[in-house]
Amino acid sequence: MSNNGRPLSPHISIYRWPITMTTSILHRATGIAMSVGFIVLTGWLLDAAIGAETYNAMISYLDTMLGKALLVGWSFAFFFHLSNGVRHLVWDSGRGFEKAQANASAWFVLILAVVLTALFWWVRV
Amino acid sequence: MSLRTPLGQVLGLGSAKEGTGHFFGQRVSGMALLILGLWFAWSLATLPGFGHADALAFIGAPLNGVLLVLLVVTLAYHSSLGVQVVIEDYVHGHGFKLVSLIISRFAHSFLLVAAIYAIIKIGLGA
Repeated sequence: MSNNGRPLSPHISIYRWPITMTTSILHRATGIAMSVGFIVLTGWLLDAAIGAETYNAMISYLDTMLGKALLVGWSFAFFFHLSNGVRHLVWDSGRGFEKAQANASAWFVLILAVVLTALFWWVRV
Repeated sequence: MSLRTPLGQVLGLGSAKEGTGHFFGQRVSGMALLILGLWFAWSLATLPGFGHADALAFIGAPLNGVLLVLLVVTLAYHSSLGVQVVIEDYVHGHGFKLVSLIISRFAHSFLLVAAIYAIIKIGLGA
């Protein structure tokens, strides 16, 4: 039963990429990233409890280029997930669902996350 | 007229038999992590250094120890709920999905207990 003239339901790739899709995907990605980060946090606590030698070995891994890149990544993941999480809480109260509002809040949390990450490392370094 | 039983209506658990437990737990633990997470981020940013003595001094301080236990408990719970949703969304096949969910729970439980053990050990100076 072929009827090829009929219109297809438009799929994701048809649309111009909306910023809200970026924030939606990032929320999940940063969440998973921090679940992995939980392993490192536990490792940090446990290695500190075990002793100086074990602890210093772990810090030397984190003190590499890859380690530092991961730490910067985790800090951004934290601040983004936090900012966007508050955005979700606002949505849960039934507010901010208009397209213009959702687009504006998407840019807001993205920029806020970058600013907070920069602020964090500015205080740290 | 509703076709649902009076008991079903009162319990309000729906077809998944869980009600809004998962949804609500995710939100409330998120709110707690907003506070605990910002405290931890601020602590990490302002810690004098990351030597072994610095770490022990930070983790071993009584208030920090309490807040750290609260942090890892809430984090493990929130992370467990989040990873559960991701597995339910992307892992197909009933058996594989079930095994993934159980592994995630076990991993989160292990990390949580290990983290609490470490915090208490340092706090007691043992």
